[in-house]
Amino acid sequence: MTIQPILVIALNTFREYLRDKILYNLLLFAVLLMGTSVLLADLTIMEHHKIIKDMGLAAINLGGVMIAIFVGIGLVSKEIERRTVYTIMARPISRAQFILGKYLGLVLTLSVNVVVMMTVFLGTMLLYRVPVQMALFQAVELIFVEVLLVTALALFFSTFTSSTLSAIMTIGMYVIGHLTTDMKGFTQTSQSETTMAFVTGLYYLCPNLEMLNIKGQAATGIPVTLTYQALATGYGLLYTTILVVSACAIFRKRDF
Amino acid sequence: MNVIQIDNLAKSFKSGWPGKLPVTALDGLSLMVTHGEIFGFLGPNGAGKTTTLKILMGLMRSDSGTIQIFGQPAGNVTVRQRVGFLPESPYFYDYLTAGEFLTFYGQLAGLERSTLKGRVGQLLDLVGLLDAEHRQLRKFSKGMLQRVGLAQAIIHDPELVVLDEPMSGLDPLGRKQVRDLILGLREQGKTVFFSSHIIPDVEMICDRVGIVMKGKLLAAGRVDELVGYSHTQSVEIVWEGVGPTRMGSVQKIATHLLQRGTHTLAVVPGQDQVDDVVTMIRSHGGRLVSVTPQKRSLEDLFLREAKKPQIFDKAVGA
Repeated sequence: MTIQPILVIALNTFREYLRDKILYNLLLFAVLLMGTSVLLADLTIMEHHKIIKDMGLAAINLGGVMIAIFVGIGLVSKEIERRTVYTIMARPISRAQFILGKYLGLVLTLSVNVVVMMTVFLGTMLLYRVPVQMALFQAVELIFVEVLLVTALALFFSTFTSSTLSAIMTIGMYVIGHLTTDMKGFTQTSQSETTMAFVTGLYYLCPNLEMLNIKGQAATGIPVTLTYQALATGYGLLYTTILVVSACAIFRKRDF
Repeated sequence: MNVIQIDNLAKSFKSGWPGKLPVTALDGLSLMVTHGEIFGFLGPNGAGKTTTLKILMGLMRSDSGTIQIFGQPAGNVTVRQRVGFLPESPYFYDYLTAGEFLTFYGQLAGLERSTLKGRVGQLLDLVGLLDAEHRQLRKFSKGMLQRVGLAQAIIHDPELVVLDEPMSGLDPLGRKQVRDLILGLREQGKTVFFSSHIIPDVEMICDRVGIVMKGKLLAAGRVDELVGYSHTQSVEIVWEGVGPTRMGSVQKIATHLLQRGTHTLAVVPGQDQVDDVVTMIRSHGGRLVSVTPQKRSLEDLFLREAKKPQIFDKAVGA
């Protein structure tokens, strides 16, 4: 598989989102959320620094995930609905190259967004003399892995359903993904075997997104071990790879 | 080796509802397109034209049968390097300018940026859009989109150009421009395979046509062979100065008679009756205005095939 067509599709996707207003609206929302953190910190008596860090990390996370979901759900389904895929697929490129190109294009867009939000976040911290700690970078790295995973989820669903259904399913998986640990606890107390089997199935099927959430700990300045960081990153990337490969396999079988 | 070879192609679409029968779009369709010809794929809406073209371009899989381009299976990625495609009512990335759009499609075909720069300008000039190079496609009219779409189909100088309803929705000027572009491609030695339901367009520019209805090829061949151009069907004779009531014999010969003011029009079945009618007009003191042989057209053939009973069965999806 040659990389040239993947890069051409990726750069075109990146250009598409750079010219899309929704991206700037979501970015503005995230920056405003960070601005609110300063306001909230001023209104509280204690823990000014922690509030700024909490809100900043939450804004980066929310902004990234919202872009991943609301832009990612249309990544492939919009191409099919608008029939732009007809002329692309008539070129000497494989369907897998198309899917990888679209995914990389959105990842590139998200990377720029995370960097912009991180810059605003660091700027806010420097302005209010909040100490910048290693734990914050660890949290942002795992936020980025989560964003990659959520994008892959949105891409996966968008290869076989409409944009609306993709949005519902991706949001559903995102919510469940943050509740899997609670669900596992639920299976230990449940009396019904059917419920236990269902919830256990969900636990293993859905990504454990809480594994990638160290924001609360990072806001207090306590870093996670490098082993945990590497394991969580590996877990997220493995899940992402499985989703992208599955998306390629489904897309290969599709009729347009 | 034929450029396109289709044998016994079949495709049906499952209904979304349980118990409902699948809809047959293609039912054993076979045809071939040879090098350097313009082949018109003619058929009413829902006949199976678009389905055939989608399978040809690897956008859809057939249930059975084979379809080959340059001897390779239609789904083959590498063979697409030699093929250009314009779908029906195309929608393109409207955030791109015409120049960016053609560059993007050229890059996808593996062309170098240095080659592309000259090629993009050359093609925009060819389709009359050089002034619109830096304008976004969202500001283009339908005719302009169709022309820029044609330009993307030939950006990589393909040997085969496949066009799905390229004249659909265009005004007469736009249709003429597209026709001229297609003729220009033949002059360059390209093979053009295009579908249409607009008979005059097909009749005007195609070397050969195939008529598809209900997923089957009903007729294929040279236009003149199919419609029998060499045989005059009837002759229209127009004269003035003397009414048909004074010429009883003409009323017996003519299949149609029409009088408008001082002019009379008679349709006679063949060349043999023309001399008799002309002699009669002159002998009654009338003045001959015109004698026009009426030949069968592709439309006649198309309508004749369409009127056959099986065509009025349930419509098929395309």
